[in-house]
Amino acid sequence: MMRRLPGHDLLLNRLAAGAAVLVGLVALAIVGFILISTWPLLTGGGLGRILIEPWRPFAASPSFGIGAMIIASAALSALAVALAFPLAVGVVSFAHGIGPRRLGRAMLAVVQFMTSIPTVVYGFVAVMLLVPQIRQLGGGGTGYCLLTAVLTLAMLILPTIVLVIHARLDQLAPSLMGTGLALGMTPAQALLSVVLPAARRSLSTALVLGFCRAIGDTLVALMVAGNAPQAPASLLDSVRTLTAHIALVLATDSFSPAYRSISAAALLLFLLTAALSLVVRRLDGRDRS
Amino acid sequence: MRSRRLVMLAIVTLASLVLLAGCGDRKAEPTARSTGPLSAFDGLSGSLDIAGGTAHIPVMNAAAQSIMEHNPQIRITVAGGGSGVGVQKVGEGLVHIGNAGRALSDDERTRYGLQSWPFAVDGVCAVVHPDNSVGALSGDQLRDLFAGAVANWSEVGGPDAAVHLFTRDEASGTRKVFWKKALQKGDIAVGANVVASNGAMKTAVAGDPAALGYVSLGHLDAQLKAPALDGVDVTQDHAARGVYPVVRKLYMNTRGELSPLTQAFIDYVTGPAGREFVQAAGYLPMPE
Repeated sequence: MMRRLPGHDLLLNRLAAGAAVLVGLVALAIVGFILISTWPLLTGGGLGRILIEPWRPFAASPSFGIGAMIIASAALSALAVALAFPLAVGVVSFAHGIGPRRLGRAMLAVVQFMTSIPTVVYGFVAVMLLVPQIRQLGGGGTGYCLLTAVLTLAMLILPTIVLVIHARLDQLAPSLMGTGLALGMTPAQALLSVVLPAARRSLSTALVLGFCRAIGDTLVALMVAGNAPQAPASLLDSVRTLTAHIALVLATDSFSPAYRSISAAALLLFLLTAALSLVVRRLDGRDRS
Repeated sequence: MRSRRLVMLAIVTLASLVLLAGCGDRKAEPTARSTGPLSAFDGLSGSLDIAGGTAHIPVMNAAAQSIMEHNPQIRITVAGGGSGVGVQKVGEGLVHIGNAGRALSDDERTRYGLQSWPFAVDGVCAVVHPDNSVGALSGDQLRDLFAGAVANWSEVGGPDAAVHLFTRDEASGTRKVFWKKALQKGDIAVGANVVASNGAMKTAVAGDPAALGYVSLGHLDAQLKAPALDGVDVTQDHAARGVYPVVRKLYMNTRGELSPLTQAFIDYVTGPAGREFVQAAGYLPMPE
């Protein structure tokens, strides 16, 4: 099909193909690197220990487990999504019929702007404003805790979730809304019982993408979650995520057992996000068909 | 926090480039001759790459700049990365000098065959919020506080408030010396918050009236208060004279036989000119 392309089209074609191959190779290289660096763990039987043992690198008999970080990552991401998702559905519903049209558009513009704020700014603002507030709640603790990270991260992933749902509703809403309204529904009824159910696949996609973004985030957790290597017993406990753990340990002596725990953390994160993106692909595919 | 390190790295890289560009312009000029410590660089040429601990950068840059101004045939690059990166890079032969804010581990020393060159002393001290009434702590009190055995400031003569612990990351040279020499390898409570830099520690402790943490002496200012340890006030002078015991050395590390340029650089930094750079950067020169 591409046999008779003019010269510059052919060039563009080659460039695009080259870029695609390059990206593919880089992705493969990352997988390969993670597998090679975790190989001793996977084959040496150390994987079980690294999942179960506590993180006590400086104890008399040191142990280097990342179980507490896995729990912290899961708790933080799940709670952030649980908070951000209903909010996001609210924002999208407001913009697609429940609220005044102009205000809705303005709100979407604000959300769009939120995506362009660097993560470090969220972290910085949280350290300066949110941490002292949480500390003074009266529940004890330093303010650097799971709750602070959940609130900050919810803000961070809200735009992702909103924009994914909004993109789908932009296609669906005009015709479905009109049908609903013609049947005598209020805009809220039409949205809740017709439009949102029709967009449920993209709601799930948005949920999974929000979770991916939350579990992959490093800076917010590193700056406000406190980074204590313990499984949280309360929202006000200091916790360390897998990503923050990688960032904190990366600069250690590269032959130490502490350093090797990074590969395990990276492998876990990689497997998790890979699995989740497969889920997204499935969901997306079904929604389109 | 980590981004600050990146920004540093970017600045250093830029600065090095600017310096290099400057050198290019003056290549035609004859090499200046002099009798000072810089005369060791007369007749030398080539490049010297340095990477590692971020605490070292101001000293390395000052030395590099004066050397390259003296002899434009020499090119010196200074990069950051942290102590671990410094050791790794010099060990793998990627740089000539790898800086670290800690002594080498036995493993690193034997695996790579590295040699260490200390050139500065840096103290580390416990810090609290300036409003905290605790002005002095014994070593035992400090260890109990960090272990979590003493959980309220009132037990050590302070206000009735829960102690908020802050410690540093696993890779921190500051943590290593504080843990070894102030806490005598005692436990640090698992629930203690972990921050990734001296700057982040300062922000955390300065913002929390009940906080307890520790910083490098170079970071001590009016935002923080350093309680006396076992009756010894925390001052640069006490640290320099060894009266205050919690100090670490900053090291340059090299591998194998030194080139004449590397040797000259190390002599320069450990010599009188280097001592001035060390003081200007807020650290203490090595005792003579």
